[in-house]
Amino acid sequence: MITGVGKAVEDSNRRLLRARDAMDRRYAEPLDVPTLARIAHVSPAHFIRTFRATFGETPHRYLQRRRVERAMFLLRSGERSVTDICMDVGFSSLGTFSRVFRDIVGEPPSVYRQRGPLPAVPTCFAMRWARPSSFGEAPGE
Amino acid sequence: MTVPSVLPMLTAITITQIYVPDQDQALDFYVGKLGFEVQTDMDFGPMRFLTVALPAQPDRAVLLEKPGAPSMSEETAAQVREAIAKGVAGGHLFFACDDAYRTHAELKAKGVEITEEPVDQPYGIDFGLRDPFGNHIRIAQLKQP
Repeated sequence: MITGVGKAVEDSNRRLLRARDAMDRRYAEPLDVPTLARIAHVSPAHFIRTFRATFGETPHRYLQRRRVERAMFLLRSGERSVTDICMDVGFSSLGTFSRVFRDIVGEPPSVYRQRGPLPAVPTCFAMRWARPSSFGEAPGE
Repeated sequence: MTVPSVLPMLTAITITQIYVPDQDQALDFYVGKLGFEVQTDMDFGPMRFLTVALPAQPDRAVLLEKPGAPSMSEETAAQVREAIAKGVAGGHLFFACDDAYRTHAELKAKGVEITEEPVDQPYGIDFGLRDPFGNHIRIAQLKQP
């Protein structure tokens, strides 16, 4: 009985992880909830609910943080304009990008850029550890 | 903080461990897809001691350990399996290869779950994948220093 429930959670976690991996990989694309829910083999409503229960934030917020993390990297490692970077990481509106960036990071992209270049670390670590937090430590949420 | 190192005592890392919920399925993946060889496969009754190593590096083994009793309660084992499936059980493995694009193509053709396509990094070309359970793996064609 317990094993059955545990197995169901395990399967659900693995499918949700697959959808989250897709966000990590395809953040630049216009990903929507139905697309991600299909990867996890669940309905869109169920996907949002179980993703949040499993990873502690909504899929929308996770994707925003992934995109902002990439933007933070690009802002500090090249000369591309804020508008170009906004489009590169999957936002379609500069206004939304600036608002979300400021909300998550605590300062606007142009100010953040002035912090200068980043040290080189493997991307998988940068992805997990340089990502702005959604769990209460950082301003914004 | 700098910790002063003591005099050298340890000479090598010989075995590292990752949790796999199903050891037979783990062999299909690590041997059948990644090219490991079984080094030790001993039945201790409740526990099957299973290690694999790369043919090119036989002195460095990976212990494929199944979480379960009597090492831990079945309830704890379920939590460990859930953490693996969520991708947070640790157990990352990092590999080197000679040709990242070729290795990536071969693994993709075998149906391996690629999580990141090959990317040119300052340290080399690398890509990411997961084993069937959720453990994270990276493979890099490292630049010569």
